[in-house]
Amino acid sequence: MMRQGRPTTPGTTGSETLSTFSGHRGLDHEEPLIFEQDAQGRSGVDLPAPANLPNRLGALARRQPIGLPGLSEPQVVRHFVRLSRKNYAIDSGLYPLGSCTMKHNPRLNEKLARLPGFADLHPLQPISTVQGALELISTLAHWLRALTGMPAVAMSPKAGAHGELCGLMAIRAALDARGEKRNRVLAPESAHGTNPATAAMCGFSVDPIPADARGRVDLAALKAKLGPDVAAIMVTNPNTCGLFENDIVEMAKAVHDAGGYFYCDGANFNALVGRVRPGDLGIDAMHINLHKTFSTPHGGGGPGAGPVVFSQALAPYAPLPFVVDQGGVFDLAEFSANAQGATPFGRMTAFHGQMGMFVRALSYMLSHGGDGLRQVAEDAVLNANYILASLKDEMSAPFPGPCMHECLFDDAFLKDTGVTTLDFAKAMIDEGYHPMTIYFPLVVHGAMLIEPTETESRESLDQLIYVLRNLAKAAKSGDTARFTQAPHFSPRNRLDETRAARTPVLRWRPPPP
Amino acid sequence: MTKIFYTKDHEWIRLDGDIGAVGISNYAQEQLGDIVFVELPQPGTKTAQGDEIAVVESVKAASEIYAPVTGEITEANSALEDAPATVNEAAESDGWFFKIRLTNKAELDGLMDAGAYQSFIEGLA
Amino acid sequence: MRYLPLTQSDRTDMLKTIGVASIDDLFIDVPPSARRTGSLDLPPHQGEIEVERQLRAMAAKNLAAGDAPFFCGAGAYRHHIPASVDHLIQRSEFLTSYTPYQPEISQGTLQYLFEFQTQVAMLSGMDIANASMYDGATACAEAVLMANRATKRHKAILSGGLHPQYRAVTETTAHFAGGLVQAMAACPEGVEDLINAIDDETACVVVQTPDFFGHLRDLRPLAEAAHAKGALLVAVTTETLALGAIIPPGEMGADIFVGEGQSLGVGLNFGGPYLGLFAARAALQRQMPGRLCGETADAQGRRGYVLTLSAREQHIRREKATSNICTNSGLCCLAFTIHVTLLGEAGFTKLALLNHQSAIMLMQELTQIPGVTCLNESFFNEFTLRLPKTAAPVVEALAARGILGGVPVSRLIPDDPALANLLLVAASETNTDQDRAAFASALREALS
Repeated sequence: MMRQGRPTTPGTTGSETLSTFSGHRGLDHEEPLIFEQDAQGRSGVDLPAPANLPNRLGALARRQPIGLPGLSEPQVVRHFVRLSRKNYAIDSGLYPLGSCTMKHNPRLNEKLARLPGFADLHPLQPISTVQGALELISTLAHWLRALTGMPAVAMSPKAGAHGELCGLMAIRAALDARGEKRNRVLAPESAHGTNPATAAMCGFSVDPIPADARGRVDLAALKAKLGPDVAAIMVTNPNTCGLFENDIVEMAKAVHDAGGYFYCDGANFNALVGRVRPGDLGIDAMHINLHKTFSTPHGGGGPGAGPVVFSQALAPYAPLPFVVDQGGVFDLAEFSANAQGATPFGRMTAFHGQMGMFVRALSYMLSHGGDGLRQVAEDAVLNANYILASLKDEMSAPFPGPCMHECLFDDAFLKDTGVTTLDFAKAMIDEGYHPMTIYFPLVVHGAMLIEPTETESRESLDQLIYVLRNLAKAAKSGDTARFTQAPHFSPRNRLDETRAARTPVLRWRPPPP
Repeated sequence: MTKIFYTKDHEWIRLDGDIGAVGISNYAQEQLGDIVFVELPQPGTKTAQGDEIAVVESVKAASEIYAPVTGEITEANSALEDAPATVNEAAESDGWFFKIRLTNKAELDGLMDAGAYQSFIEGLA
Repeated sequence: MRYLPLTQSDRTDMLKTIGVASIDDLFIDVPPSARRTGSLDLPPHQGEIEVERQLRAMAAKNLAAGDAPFFCGAGAYRHHIPASVDHLIQRSEFLTSYTPYQPEISQGTLQYLFEFQTQVAMLSGMDIANASMYDGATACAEAVLMANRATKRHKAILSGGLHPQYRAVTETTAHFAGGLVQAMAACPEGVEDLINAIDDETACVVVQTPDFFGHLRDLRPLAEAAHAKGALLVAVTTETLALGAIIPPGEMGADIFVGEGQSLGVGLNFGGPYLGLFAARAALQRQMPGRLCGETADAQGRRGYVLTLSAREQHIRREKATSNICTNSGLCCLAFTIHVTLLGEAGFTKLALLNHQSAIMLMQELTQIPGVTCLNESFFNEFTLRLPKTAAPVVEALAARGILGGVPVSRLIPDDPALANLLLVAASETNTDQDRAAFASALREALS
């Protein structure tokens, strides 16, 4: 008989202030850098002994050690597993980052992208040995054309901003072909920063278009700025306030009448897929973030993929390379000479684009089908409007609904509370959420942009709404310490970004002996 | 008492003879937050009123500095390169960016004095 | 649909809460002419079984590198990737997180980026590195734009040993940004007079080592000549493993290093996603494109990491940003970092040596074939062969025998009779004696 009992009711512990001998806090381990776990001679791989033929390195053989640390495999695995546990992720919770589209990443896509028939192909293998890979790119291109109603697509851009650059280069090439020097690009004040940055990289000056009281492009102001030196307008639709630009067809007509082109930032295409085709709106070029709309994982910042769809007017200028379908036999046009009569503006990347992302995106599309993709847009829009409707009395929405796939709040509801948008966001971390996008778009004060995506259940939305309503109430009732000291329960408290920028430490260096 | 003038872009210029010291206003440094970097012009640079002549960065913001008057840069406050926080601590004194030899003092007539600038920033709130 | 949690009754209730009658009322701002009511001409949704079947059928039409004696390089290299790399990068917390904008709950990503930056700086011999670009070619183009900014000049000189697609990307990018590019003629022998091409308007000289044809380049005289004219030296490496065997570019005087990190941890992936490496001297840090991760401390004084020097970037500086890059190659950085960490100093240098020795053995075996000569005095794991026949059909003939026997130079530089017989051949630690023998025997037959 077991006679030795033990206490089974927890006492009060004061656990917030308890410091541990190890520095760890339960499941949250303090993890040193790999460079601080070094023992020379140790390695996490076993390799055969190299042959000992005289080297062919000339006088250029390395003389100094690299400085890399030696760790065994179990140490490496533990290191990265411990690091992983310091990250928030969509797999572990709702991730309402507006404009970023953090939706579920199906694992089927991961599995298929790893098939050796895709993952273990060299980009310059003979074309006869990669017919299935070219077929996949061609099939994905077909889906993108069908979903956008646009006649052409460039597959090689590596991310959204790279796609923007592709679009503007095509516009520049089309203008050059017309013999016109147009140097001004119009972009709304609410645009993603990549839009003006891209325009500048393409040699254009950027002229901001003001927003009107409805949070949309001010059409009259846009028209007033159009002229013979305007190359293009760059408009995000739905825009960064989460609103559909309802004058978009008229904008397109105005810019075309003025001899310019219409670039659409398609970062928010997930609100429209299956319901609205950009080709029906008068757009000339639009990039599609496969890592947003078509759910390829964000991977802590990348990789992405940014194919660009083109209108008939810009299609001939699309960059190299592209896949040519010769009745079920596929070829790659890699040079202007074999570009089928087109006049490509150049090349944006080595090789053929983000194949690994293409497989994932096509797997996602085939899984959803035409019907499921339409439901994706509808549920994304429904979820955002549900949040907007459930919060707008307690928080403050600068623009009335309906919104599209994301809903925007400003900091008016925090006025005189001593709590800022940043504080409010950090308090969400304590509640177990990744914050929404904050201080963007720039056109509203203290912006909070919430994008739930279609892959959140109603229960999950209700829980978020409950938390945000209570946080808003707490801020208004003077519970400021909850906010200004937040986050309390994360692996780190607020970090000193001023120090990081004033005295940059961008790499580890060995401590002085 | 030397005379100080302000621009609508929140620069100030304090005159000493035909040379003016230029910096950003206390209001501007508050708006930017903790200053982390200042890019200063080379002495000898000639600039026209309104030209971009320097850059100031905080962690989450950046701003161009426009020459408040036409002239030639005579000196840059290189102490700011190692101690950008001086701009936060003493925006309108030790936190000056550069000195400029004015070529057209009449340009000062288009700038605001301290009182006018105060009303200007109150109007921005 | 398995990925959509809302039920019909959820949707009905939620529309009621919103105060609209139907989903169409939420799309009211879409011009009526653009509202699509009918279904698209696309197949309907399918289960995992059907999707997998279709994509497996496409994959089966390809010849995977692992199923053939494999000797292709030319900017993409196949190495063994330890099993733990793919396991770790599939951790949800790495795979399904966003850019680390909230550092308190992104320390995992930030710490590995700091480790990655340090590894890249160490390997290249540079002071600092960023948290990645899309790939080596776009990194090369960005390096030219950065050199233009830093020197306030706008002419770049590209070596004839630069990968032809890097050259094309750089020319395209510089052209649209208003820069000038002077590209030297392809130099299969690895000899060219770059020094005399540098003038007072030159912003940078771009040189690849090992170069496109496999030659190792001594950058020291070039660095000296470039610096004497106020120009920068941009060093490019498409096979980062080479840095385990050769003097790193930073030690030879390079001001900017760019590279393709694909060969460590990332894999072939038919050309993407890859991993652009970007490193520089510390004095150039504010001209760098892309994200930088830096060390700092939290409110309790504990070490932590944040994205820093952000005022260079598009989300703050907009049209004056150093680049438009936003999304980069985050997860590929992680794969690289894990692979390099597993190797460590001993493993990295040994793997480099294995590759070099494997290439020497291959070269010796292939050059015994009548009419086949090697153009290289020096090389790392790739070299150029001159065949007695046009190379492209020979490679096709090898593929027909199930051997992926290198990349004909004409695949990247077409229509140059002087290059038509040249074949780029790469070796690695994955090649066996049998692989080499099979390649040699098939090549002998294809040439006979």
